[in-house]
Amino acid sequence: MSVIKNININLYRKRRLVNFLVLACSVLTTLFGLFWLVWLLETLFLHGFRYLNLSVFTEPTPPPGQSGGLANAIAGSVLITIMGVLLGAPLGVLSGTFLSEYGNRSRVAPIIRFVNDVLLSAPSIILGVFIYEIVVVPSGHFSGWAGSLSLALIALPIIVRTTEDMLKLVPNTVREAACALGAPRWKVTVAIVYRAARAGIFTGILLAVARISGETAPLLFTALNNQFWSSSLNEPVANLPVVIFQFAMSPYEDWQHLAWAGALLITISVLILNIIVRTFLRTGK
Amino acid sequence: MVRSGTRGRILDVVFASATKASAIFVLLIIVAIMLSLLIGAWPALKRFGFYFVISKEWNPVTEHFGALVAIYGTIVTSIIAMLIGVPVSFGIAVFITELCPAWLKQPIATAIELLAAIPSIIYGMWGLFVFAPFFGDHVEPWLSNTLGRLPVIGPLFSGPPLGIGVLTAGIILGIMIIPFMASVFRDLFEVVPPVLKESAYGIGATTWEVIKKIVLPYTKIGVVGAIMLGLGRALGETMAVTFVIGNADRLETSLLMPGNTISSSLANQFTEAVGKLYTSSLIALGLLLFILTFIVLFVAKYLLVRLTLKEGVRT
Repeated sequence: MSVIKNININLYRKRRLVNFLVLACSVLTTLFGLFWLVWLLETLFLHGFRYLNLSVFTEPTPPPGQSGGLANAIAGSVLITIMGVLLGAPLGVLSGTFLSEYGNRSRVAPIIRFVNDVLLSAPSIILGVFIYEIVVVPSGHFSGWAGSLSLALIALPIIVRTTEDMLKLVPNTVREAACALGAPRWKVTVAIVYRAARAGIFTGILLAVARISGETAPLLFTALNNQFWSSSLNEPVANLPVVIFQFAMSPYEDWQHLAWAGALLITISVLILNIIVRTFLRTGK
Repeated sequence: MVRSGTRGRILDVVFASATKASAIFVLLIIVAIMLSLLIGAWPALKRFGFYFVISKEWNPVTEHFGALVAIYGTIVTSIIAMLIGVPVSFGIAVFITELCPAWLKQPIATAIELLAAIPSIIYGMWGLFVFAPFFGDHVEPWLSNTLGRLPVIGPLFSGPPLGIGVLTAGIILGIMIIPFMASVFRDLFEVVPPVLKESAYGIGATTWEVIKKIVLPYTKIGVVGAIMLGLGRALGETMAVTFVIGNADRLETSLLMPGNTISSSLANQFTEAVGKLYTSSLIALGLLLFILTFIVLFVAKYLLVRLTLKEGVRT
């Protein structure tokens, strides 16, 4: 009897010890992970706020050795991002509608869903190469439109996915009720389902904006950069991510300072967009 | 009455076709991407053939292009990133789902999801200005003095402490995928029905035993799928790597030396590439990367679909 009891106590102690060690590791890894992220944010905010001032918003990007700001890059970024979303959103919402409302009986829908996931996980730089091939090479020059198109390709799969998910959350009884009143299918979708899922669809679009506003890789080969104010999207357009990349990699300290300020601006806007999305989702539920 | 009926029907058809057309457009985009990459890469593939994948020479001057250096860099940085990212994200997910006091749960989970949204260029810039100098000054000399003297793995850690290089890029990549993978793991772990865990706790299992014998078996396919998704991200990531890898087209044994990945080669050289063969070789690199991430996604999808199928049987 006492032997059994001893064995059990030993086993019990061993199990407790293993448990303690594993959980300690879990806490340590959490601290380890958070340590890097806190370090990153700390440097970003410290450097960013030090170099962030009014001229960043009012003056265009300077040549090396002179003072200047990021005004043209900020404006270009906003423009390219808005155009990217305007190009990607209608297509994305319609495709998402197809998958959710008409996809059940269709054999194409599973394929589209898979292809959408491929597009979602495709490296963004590949999308840049693609747009370079089909837009920049034929037109003979880099342009803001090419940049917007490559961003639209990144936004598209995000919007398709969230639209489908959000429309599927609308209960079928709502659709049936509308149909029973004699509404045609398109009216059910547009006037009833869209209205019910409005917040969700909008959230998806905002998420896409957040995602593409920091995207750099595809813009390197499409929108390129421009040291001056661009008058149209038909020419290379300055944009924050590419300016940050070029300025950070440059040997000039002024440029590097501006890169920090730009990095802070991008991070803050992405974080704010994400927080808006989160509050939207919470109130939507 | 009749008229509005037919109008409604026409609009029905128009609307349904419009949605279907845009969905098919998504399909066409992928086909177009594949085709344009193939066409763009064709001159290089025709010239070098299979030699392109196994040759380590990348010389724009003599126009000899081989992808081995970039493929090696891509795979090695991703492996380093996974070695750091997977255990740490796993630990964070366990902490959030099992250990964390209730009041801290939501803030930490939200913080991690927000961090996952930070653009990769920020990680790259931080790596270049803060992490690489620190790593080169304090960690790399120590690495080459200790690990660098060991017999088998020694060559991996020898060489001058430059700060930038393959190892640094892998570490930055690892830090970057931690928030993403941790939030995916957490979502997976929260799927486990509380009843299962409670029953295990009820018969006296410790927290670790619950994780090992209940949570992990229940979610294992999903966990592998999530790891594959993280791997896909690491393989295709451009900006976090480009800043710190050093853009060198030589194959080095040492992880402390600069190298190149497929995406960083593209980012650094694509706009400056002169000549059809150079551009074409870079596009061929892009094609390889696309195929690589496609395979990884396919495996991830397959595993995740199997998980949901199993779920369906269970409930």
